[in-house]
Amino acid sequence: MFRILTQRVLGQSLLQQGIRPGAVASASRCFASAAKDLTVREALNSALNEEMSADPRVLLMGEEVGEYQGAYKITKGLLDKYGPDRVLDTPITEAGFTGIAVGAAYHGLRPVVEFMTFNFAMQAIDHIINSAAKTYYMSAGQISVPIVFRGPNGAAAGVGAQHSQCYASWYASCPGLKVLAPYSSEDARGLLKAAIRDPDPVVFLENELLYGEAFPVSAEVLDSNFALPIGKAKIEREGKDVTITAFSKMVGFALKAAEILDKEGISAEVINLRSIRPLDRAAINASVRKTNRLVTVEEGFPQHGVGAEICTSVVEESFGYLDAPVERIAGADVPMPYAANLERLALPQVEDIVRAAKRACYRSVPMAAAV
Amino acid sequence: MALSHLSSTRSNRLLRPLAAAASSLCRPISTSTEPLVIETSIPFTPHKCEPPSRSVETNPQELLTFFRDMATMRRMEIAADSLYKAKLIRGFCHLYDGQEAVCVGMEASINKKDCIITAYRDHCTFLGRGGTLLEIFSELMGRQGGCSKGKGGSMHFYKKESGFYGGHGIVGAQVPLGCGLAFAQKYNKDENVTFALYGDGAANQGQLFEALNISALWDLPIILVCENNHCKDVNLFLLLDFLRLFFTLLLLWNRVLNGWLFGRWHGHC
Repeated sequence: MFRILTQRVLGQSLLQQGIRPGAVASASRCFASAAKDLTVREALNSALNEEMSADPRVLLMGEEVGEYQGAYKITKGLLDKYGPDRVLDTPITEAGFTGIAVGAAYHGLRPVVEFMTFNFAMQAIDHIINSAAKTYYMSAGQISVPIVFRGPNGAAAGVGAQHSQCYASWYASCPGLKVLAPYSSEDARGLLKAAIRDPDPVVFLENELLYGEAFPVSAEVLDSNFALPIGKAKIEREGKDVTITAFSKMVGFALKAAEILDKEGISAEVINLRSIRPLDRAAINASVRKTNRLVTVEEGFPQHGVGAEICTSVVEESFGYLDAPVERIAGADVPMPYAANLERLALPQVEDIVRAAKRACYRSVPMAAAV
Repeated sequence: MALSHLSSTRSNRLLRPLAAAASSLCRPISTSTEPLVIETSIPFTPHKCEPPSRSVETNPQELLTFFRDMATMRRMEIAADSLYKAKLIRGFCHLYDGQEAVCVGMEASINKKDCIITAYRDHCTFLGRGGTLLEIFSELMGRQGGCSKGKGGSMHFYKKESGFYGGHGIVGAQVPLGCGLAFAQKYNKDENVTFALYGDGAANQGQLFEALNISALWDLPIILVCENNHCKDVNLFLLLDFLRLFFTLLLLWNRVLNGWLFGRWHGHC
C-alpha cells in the first residue's frame, strides 16, 4: 500500500527505483522435458482421433471434413478410419447442419461441428446461442447439449473484411457457452479433448495461421488421457513489472514483446488466457496484484471486447493495486482492409504491445521525440 | 361424471328420486373394445409416394379417450387464455385450441421412444406426451412446480424421458433440430422416428429447406408435420374483416335510406 502511494506521488519509473527484471521462464516449464515437436494441426487431428476412438457417440460434421480431408487438413484420415457414418460431409448449409448437430446433441450424441471459419458460423448463430447455449437453462436441466463448435477464428492473411472477424467477445458474453482459444499444440490437444468431454456447448476458436506452427510437447501431452482444465489460464512467462494478457495468435506476439521489453529492463508476465469463458479472473487478478500494471491484447474489435471485460474485472477486484491505467491493445475499429500494409496497420503488432507496456510503466517516448 | 357421482353418493329420501331421474339422463359411455373401422373423410394427396390407407381401425373406448384428451386440451387452452388476459401469464401464450386432433392423433400411433419437437404452440403436445395440467399451469405462471421450474415459460416445455424435445421460440429452428433427433435415432440404430411440427409461417424459413435437403441426402427417419392454422395470414383476415364491416354498413345504410325514402317506417312503427 505504501509502495503504491509513493509511486503515485513520486511518479517515478520502476527502473529508476532499481527494480530487477524477473526471471525468464521457458514455454514448456510446466511439464517434463520436451519430447518432440508437434504442429497445432497434428495436435488437433490426434485429439479428434483419440476422442472418437474412446467414445462412439463422438462424430464430426462440417464442410469438406471427410473426402477432402478437411479444409485445413485438420480432419485428415478420419473418414478412412471411422467411416461416413461418423465423419459427415455437409452441403454448404450452416444453419441447417448446425441445427441438425444440436438436435443430435439433444438426443445424446456428441457432435463436433466444424465451421470453415467462424465468419460462416454467423449463419448458424441462432442455433449456437438459442438452441444450444440456452437449452440447459430453459429446460431446467433436462436437456444438456454436449456439442463442440470449432474452426478458425480471427484474421488470416489478405482474406478481406468478411473473412477476418474475431468472434471471441461475442460468444464469450453468452451464458451457457464455454469459449476456448488455444495457442500452442499443448493447448490445442488438451483443450479440444476437454471440450469434447464437456457436457455443455463449447465454442473452440482456432487460428488458421497457427495450424502449421510447431511447438515442443512433452510425453504427458501426447498421452491419450491428457486434457487441460477449462477455465484456467497459463502463465507463459513469469515477470514482475507488467502483466500482458493475450489469447490465440497474440500470445506469440506478447512473448516476442516480452523478449524486447526484457532487453530494456522491463520484466513482463505473459498470461495465455486459454479460456475466454469462463475467464480465469483469479489468475489475472493475482498477476496484476503482483505487477500492478496491465496490458490486454486481442485481435478483435476494441469495443465491448475481451480486453474491456478483463479491465473491468481488474478494476472491480484489484483497483487499489493498479499503478497505471489499464492499456488495451486490439484490432483497429474498422472492417479488415485487404491491402497488405493496411491489414498490418489494422492488426496489433509486436511494437504496439511493447509501446503499450512502456506506457503502462511510464516509460513511453513522447511522439515528438520519435520524429 | 358429476351426474353419476350424484347417483352413487348416500342421499336422503328427498334427493333419491332426483338422483334417479338424474342418472336416467346420464348417457351411457361405451367401454367396448370391439374393433371399429373408420374411413377418413378427405383423401390423401401423395407426391412421389404411396398414400397410406384411409381405413383406420380403432374401437369405441379408444375413440372416447381421444375425445376426453381433446376436451381436456380445449378446456386447458381456454383457461390459459383467461389467465393470460388476467395478466397471470406473462409474455407470450400461443394456444393450440382447434388443433388438438393433430397431437392426439399422432400420439395414438407412436410410442414414447419416438421423438416429437415443435415450436412455441406446445402446451397440448406436452400434455399428450405425458405432462400434467399442474406442471403446465405452474410453468405458465412462472412457478417452481412447472415442468421447466418456471425458467422456461409458455414456449419452453420439455419432457426428455417421453421423447418431447420442446418448445422452441425461434420460428423454423425446430425443424433442423428435429432432423438432428432423427439423425441420432438412425445413428443409434433405434427403430424409431421423429416428428417435427411446424406451421405455415415456418414453411418459409430457409433452414427448413436446408434441413429437408440434408434429410433426403442422408435418408433420415424424420416426418415433418405442417399444421397450417393460417396464423401467418393475419393480414388477409384483417382485410376480410374490414370488407365484411364495410358491406354490413352499406347494407344498413341502404335499409335506412329505403325506409326514409319510401316511408316504410310508418308501417313498422
